[in-house]
Amino acid sequence: MDPVIFLTQILIPALWQGLIITLELVLLTAPFGLLLGVGIALGRQYGGRVLSSLCAGYIVFFKGCPLLLLLFMLYFGLPTIGIILPAFTASVIGFILCNAAYNSEYIRGAIKSIKDGQMTAAQALGMTKVQAIETIILPQALRRAIPGLSNEFIYLIKYSSLAYMITVVELSGAGKLVATKYFLYNETFLAVGIVYLALVTLTTFGVDRLEKRLAIPGMVQKSGR
Amino acid sequence: MTSEYILRIVDLHKNFGDREVLHGISFNVKKGETIVFIGPSGTGKSTLLRCINQLTEPDKGHVFIDDDEVTGCGYRISEYRQRIGMVFQNFNLFDHLTAVQNVEIAPIRVRKMKPAEARKKAMEELRRVGMQDWADHYPSELSGGQAQRVSIARSLAMDPEVILFDEPTSALDPELTREVLEVMKDLARSGMTMLVVTHEMGFARSVATEVVFMEGGQIVEQGPPAEIMKNPKHPRTREFIGKIAEH
Ligand SMILES: Nc1ncnc2c1ncn2[C@@H]1O[C@H](COP(=O)(O)OP(=O)(O)OP(=O)(O)O)[C@@H](O)[C@H]1O
Ligand SMILES: [Mg+2]
Repeated sequence: MDPVIFLTQILIPALWQGLIITLELVLLTAPFGLLLGVGIALGRQYGGRVLSSLCAGYIVFFKGCPLLLLLFMLYFGLPTIGIILPAFTASVIGFILCNAAYNSEYIRGAIKSIKDGQMTAAQALGMTKVQAIETIILPQALRRAIPGLSNEFIYLIKYSSLAYMITVVELSGAGKLVATKYFLYNETFLAVGIVYLALVTLTTFGVDRLEKRLAIPGMVQKSGR
Repeated sequence: MTSEYILRIVDLHKNFGDREVLHGISFNVKKGETIVFIGPSGTGKSTLLRCINQLTEPDKGHVFIDDDEVTGCGYRISEYRQRIGMVFQNFNLFDHLTAVQNVEIAPIRVRKMKPAEARKKAMEELRRVGMQDWADHYPSELSGGQAQRVSIARSLAMDPEVILFDEPTSALDPELTREVLEVMKDLARSGMTMLVVTHEMGFARSVATEVVFMEGGQIVEQGPPAEIMKNPKHPRTREFIGKIAEH
């Protein structure tokens, strides 16, 4: 086949479709993964004994469970107990659960690195614990967690390809379909690789800009890279 | 009935494990008084201040502010803490906020003051401690003395009835100590009620209404500064005064 035609009529349109699905997976997962991660970190750090243990259990479970296995359970396992999820939904849920577990560890580490005096001073001014966490602890902790969280985001971009294992044709899946149909493995996977590389590079740039914008003199970010 | 005392401490006890740190402390404070606490390290001075605003919960005893009981008030403690300011040895300014934001944050979040109004008040308090030109600097950009003055402004912004100072100058060199003590003297003279843990006897001499000598979780002796310093009755007080006078 004419390489130009293969590129413009077949490969690019297919990868474009796949890219859109990958971006949907990632951009739907990230905010909920962050939110749930914050919730679990707070529960673990400030919750009573029961809540704190539940959050610890959550982290152990979802860090220990291979993501692929989790996706299989959500997509193939749940229907046997009457819960049927579309493949895309199952993927997003699996990613959120996994992403949140790792995010919560970075956030909790950042919370623990904040000096006790910050909380003490906030409470001495009449803030409730919740107010102190919202206005003093979290703004500092999230800044410190940016390097770790951004690493997690980059992993997410890459492991979103696992969705293909439960039939979601995202970027890597779209590449696989083209490659097997036209027997152009090297060309196709090279192209797919370039797209992932571009995504990761863009993310890195974005994170650097975010870090600079949120930087505060004297507040060092914990380096995660 | 309103008593003549703004703060009453009744028989406070506190143990850490089997270690008794406060051993029945009682005293009363009138509005506008400045009480200076002195005593050897580990005697329970910090614990006493922290028990007053319940950052540490006493095991036994009572704290009253204006006849309202602070001890055992449960979740309402944050309301009482608004009325009791606190200044720490290592300042504890909020690292992610500028000086003026440090001062306005509690009025905005706790008192629900409008941001513009809170900013105006914050600038007034910064002016009061001579820090108005540093409003937009972050804590890491301030000297220790400047940071401590901002933290005093932060307390003042909540219009507290009493301010507790826990060794506010012991992290500072003499030059910076002086600038903080000047601010505190002005406060004392303007009628603020203050409880100050410090070994700065010059400060005690010029503005304290009373000096309290504590040891072993108890008040050993208390009285007007001149009397405690020149003519202490208790031998332990005499020994301790002698020791801090050497510096
Ligand atoms: N949270 C705590 N847990 C256990 N022990 C504590 C705690 N806080 C204070 N202590 C102990 O209580 C005793 C009194 O401490 P406190 O800090 O009140 O003394 P202090 O008079 O302020 O001393 P300093 O002059 O060194 O500041 C000390 O022996 C200290 O080790
Ligand atoms: Mg102390």
